[in-house]
Amino acid sequence: MNRGGRIGPPVVVCLPASSKEQTLAKRTRRSVKKTSATPSAASPSAKPAKSASGGPSKTASGSETPSGLGMGLAFEQPILKLEKQIQELLLLQETKGVDYNAEIKQMRDNLTALLKKTYDNLTAWETVQVARHPSRPQTRDYIDLMVKDFEELSGDRRHGDDKAMVTGTGRIGSHKIMLVGHCKGRDTREKIACNFGCAHPEGYRKALLKMQTAAKFGLPIVTLIDTPGAYPGLGSEERSVAEAIAVNLREMSVLPVPVVCIVIGEGGSGGALGIGVGDRLAMLQYAWYSVISPEGCSGILWKGSANAPDAAEALKLTSRHLRELGVIDEVIAEPLGGAHRNPRQAAVALERYIDRTLRELKSLDAEKLLDLRYQRLRRQGAGALVE
Amino acid sequence: MTQLMTSVKPLPSQQPSVSPARKHVDVPAGLWLGCPDCGEMIYRKEMEANLHTCPRCRHHFRVSALQRVNMLVDTGTFEETDKRMTSSDPILFNARKSYKQQLLEAQKASGCGDAVITGKGFIKGRPMVLAAMDFFFLAGSMGSVVGEKITRAIELATAERVPLVIVSCSGGARMQESTASLMQMAKTSAALARLHKAGGLFVSVLADPTTGGTTASFAMLGDLIYAEPKAMIGFAGPRTIANTIKVELPEGFQRAEFLVEKGFVDRIVPRGELRSTLARAFDFFGR
Ligand SMILES: [Zn+2]
Repeated sequence: MNRGGRIGPPVVVCLPASSKEQTLAKRTRRSVKKTSATPSAASPSAKPAKSASGGPSKTASGSETPSGLGMGLAFEQPILKLEKQIQELLLLQETKGVDYNAEIKQMRDNLTALLKKTYDNLTAWETVQVARHPSRPQTRDYIDLMVKDFEELSGDRRHGDDKAMVTGTGRIGSHKIMLVGHCKGRDTREKIACNFGCAHPEGYRKALLKMQTAAKFGLPIVTLIDTPGAYPGLGSEERSVAEAIAVNLREMSVLPVPVVCIVIGEGGSGGALGIGVGDRLAMLQYAWYSVISPEGCSGILWKGSANAPDAAEALKLTSRHLRELGVIDEVIAEPLGGAHRNPRQAAVALERYIDRTLRELKSLDAEKLLDLRYQRLRRQGAGALVE
Repeated sequence: MTQLMTSVKPLPSQQPSVSPARKHVDVPAGLWLGCPDCGEMIYRKEMEANLHTCPRCRHHFRVSALQRVNMLVDTGTFEETDKRMTSSDPILFNARKSYKQQLLEAQKASGCGDAVITGKGFIKGRPMVLAAMDFFFLAGSMGSVVGEKITRAIELATAERVPLVIVSCSGGARMQESTASLMQMAKTSAALARLHKAGGLFVSVLADPTTGGTTASFAMLGDLIYAEPKAMIGFAGPRTIANTIKVELPEGFQRAEFLVEKGFVDRIVPRGELRSTLARAFDFFGR
């Protein structure tokens, strides 16, 4: 069944009618709660992603099954159920000493098939949910997994240090790089400190300052994009987040070093673009990138967030669509069942892409690089013009 | 490629040509109308003769791109570029309303292909390139056409070494073209980087309202940034902000005067002084 092209709320398969209804009702509530791409929407009182919590160095462990049904995505329930059954059988085998190896192997094969089938046919809205999965690896996870000798650099030297944006030096593969990325935070405390990944003007100004430092020393730049959007608030407007983003767009277009940008989770509008101008733009397979969040779009067209699934389809925000439209250069494949099932493997794919791409870009002199970067930007939207 | 105009000669200083009564979308039809600011009943003809401002309180009514061109550029000197450019509806956006249908309706109502008019002309005899956005066309939103026309205007000003004026009046990036609209922010800003490097003058004029992706790209990148009195200027909409922070927004928040106070707008320029203010800036910074 190809669910990719269907418009309308995703229907949970393999559930009895009554619980299907309940699930949909629950989901509607959840999507209302998540409304806007704003921090308030993702209520700070919500359960932390992982009770493991700890500092930013804690990594999302892919082998773990999200605890409790509330944690899993609705369309993943059959997968989670099967994963649980396998765990139970393993436990049974251990405690009772009965040989269930054949059954377990069969169930694991079924699980692989189910994961593949589910993830090959994700709707746009389901993709958005994967991109927001509480266990999905974030910028700091990728730093831990693929950046060697990372040294964080703080502050915009104007106003303060925005925790929603991390910047620092390190090595990826054979390259010395400056890394810039959005931070959403894992546990509640971190999420609040990071404003749920919504950066203020000082975040964008810090990013630019570090990128210009990198340019001065000929260091390539890697940006990891993962934000619901720039922070909508008083301070953000008083210190003009619009001006901060605008200046980044202009200045990033002329940084005389390779700039590689990758959407690793959410690509929420101008807040994403504010660190997203470069020589290459790639997306992890289940990331999304759009001019507006599905909830925001639904709010404008339907006066409420209930139609976010329809909006997600209409906005063509998946990596596959954006590759077809020529907005992005490459889709980086995620592990079977999404990056949250195997962050390490996702990091390896990311690292390989960055290493290979930087090799390519480093062969160009600065003038050629900037010329190609301008031509790349110049083509954006060309397919839409009728003259 | 932008069509280059060849036969334009500098003209003597002229009075701005006030457009004849054209179709207003925001002002109810009729001989008289109530001013939304001072509440007075004002005579429409008088309002229009006052560059679409209230004769009592100077409230600045919103004007279309065409009216803006007519009130800003020396009469008879404007040569429009890319007049026929339209959008092909690249992602076949059809959620609740069909974008194609919305475009057709907006084109019919405005007589414009999209939400910006671009071209070359003179202000008080000084040559310049102008882009004027039209809020009456899908809220002045920037899709591929607006982004392309503005980029070409920037490139034209760079090539011809004349000042660039962009009058923004826009709700931001256009939802119906999704990520392509977002990329117009990067495209226009990259073009401005080149103008900047070439030493060209860019005056950004902000009219009510200038928000979202328009503010977060070319509108905030002027060498000089002027704003019309009380114009709403910001990134996020006030309702979004109020919903997020759950506090009442301060009086005058996101108005032009607020941005001057916070250091993001150079000066408030009333509509009646815009031509002379621009001409002085061209002379002062001109090459
Ligand atoms: Zn009045």
